[in-house]
Amino acid sequence: MIKAINVNKNFGEQHVLKDISIEYKPGICSLIIGASGSGKTVLLKSLVGLHDIDSGEIWYEGTQFDNLPFKEKKHLRKEIGMLFQGSALFDFATVEDNIRFPMDFFTDWSEDQKMDRVNFCLARVNLKNVNKLYPNELSGGMQKRVGIARAIALNPKYLFCDEPNSGLDPQTSILIDQLILEITQEYNITTVINTHDMNSVMEIGDQVGFIYKGNLLWEGNKDNILTSNCKELEEFVFASGMAKKVKQYMNA
Amino acid sequence: MKQTLGLVGKYFLLMKIVFSKPEKTKIFRKQFFTDTEKLVIDSIPIIAVISLFIGAVIVIQTASNIESPLIPKMYVGYMARESLILEFCSTMVALILAGKVGSNIASEIGSMRISEQIDAMEMMGINSANYLILPKIASATIFNPLLMLMSFILGLVGGAMIIMFTGIITMNQYTEGLQYAFQFYYIVYSMVKMAVFSFIITSISAFYGYYSSGGALGVGRSGTKAIVVSSVTILIANLVITQLMLN
Ligand SMILES: Nc1ncnc2c1ncn2[C@@H]1O[C@H](COP(=O)(O)OP(=O)(O)O)[C@@H](O)[C@H]1O
Ligand SMILES: [Mg+2]
Repeated sequence: MIKAINVNKNFGEQHVLKDISIEYKPGICSLIIGASGSGKTVLLKSLVGLHDIDSGEIWYEGTQFDNLPFKEKKHLRKEIGMLFQGSALFDFATVEDNIRFPMDFFTDWSEDQKMDRVNFCLARVNLKNVNKLYPNELSGGMQKRVGIARAIALNPKYLFCDEPNSGLDPQTSILIDQLILEITQEYNITTVINTHDMNSVMEIGDQVGFIYKGNLLWEGNKDNILTSNCKELEEFVFASGMAKKVKQYMNA
Repeated sequence: MKQTLGLVGKYFLLMKIVFSKPEKTKIFRKQFFTDTEKLVIDSIPIIAVISLFIGAVIVIQTASNIESPLIPKMYVGYMARESLILEFCSTMVALILAGKVGSNIASEIGSMRISEQIDAMEMMGINSANYLILPKIASATIFNPLLMLMSFILGLVGGAMIIMFTGIITMNQYTEGLQYAFQFYYIVYSMVKMAVFSFIITSISAFYGYYSSGGALGVGRSGTKAIVVSSVTILIANLVITQLMLN
């Protein structure tokens, strides 16, 4: 379980996160949705300590994370996997070495054990025969998969995904969403996903938080999001022409 | 002024993180060898070519400047040796390396910053500054003084070659000059300079790369700043070391 209490984050004059309080549970995908620039990435990076927050608290189970000394933060991070928006694969390393990377640093496994784990993670994200390829030789969807494989390499308890669908076609997007959901349920991971993609919300949104200009305006799930009476959320959800038509049809 | 002090402070804070014990010696060793190849070995050809040519040019220039029959011709060799060891092989070579290696380091680390690869390492709990920067500083600082020696020798060879081709002076006069009033201390002085300059180049370029922001454009800016700032710092350090060691 992860808990944020009254979190505030400023960049200079700009107040980016405003009193955010939210809780994330294991075994489900929790989504953070909102328009571009609303503060989703900043919230995610604040939760994992890549940004220092200005006030508020962040708890991982019984540990207050935000005021841990750097060393202990590092320790807890070994339990966190993260998929970055651009995948952030190490371009100096092959697919195999990318996934091995955290193992080389933090385990005393033998070569065979590491390779077994690499192949297990690759199989888990449905990739074959890519071990020796470099990231720039992969399609966007494959990069995301490798990113997920790397994120789960050390069996994390927490998984953070920043816009896992960005730059992917709708079908690949759904496959990636499904994959993240399966992994979350299978290993009972506490998963937090940033997205502005309504398709993802309808697919995997068991818990959804809507951020608007740094405020957490609404919390719910895929079943009640279409009938919320939050005006800003409604505008966000029914932004596309198709959605507007559907809404007219529903109202009629 | 205040901004400069802030930057200097930020630089030393980064160095403090860089100079911590590596997570695993094995990983450090691997990076160390990779970086030695990229930063030192790969610089050999350019430094070699430049040194040969500069050695040749110095010989021609000095020879054509000695018109008085009272000055023995062997001074050509003496002058060539002195200019090479005192300034060219350390300071000039370091400035060339600042351009080549500095922009390389700044853009490599900078692009890792903007593509979130550094964030990804930090998220794994890895000290990214230590992992990425320490092996670069270490390999360049340790091995570049040898590059300096190579440059010195090739500079002298370049001089010898031009003498063979043109016969401005005899080879005997040249080698006599090379041995005249030779001070081994100058080699030590030059190697120390090169070690310090290499530290400056790698650490400053890594600093600018590590704190890149603003996309591909920002990475380009970091590369330029890395070259400018490390070159100026090299010139200042040259003054300080020379004052300390030769005075
Ligand atoms: N490192 C930073 N420095 C300054 N401002 C930032 C930084 N990161 C994000 N911001 C600002 O915070 C706001 C929210 O950004 P972000 O969280 O990236 O939005 P998104 O919801 O699209 O992920 C934006 O206005 C952005 O300009
Ligand atoms: Mg974002």
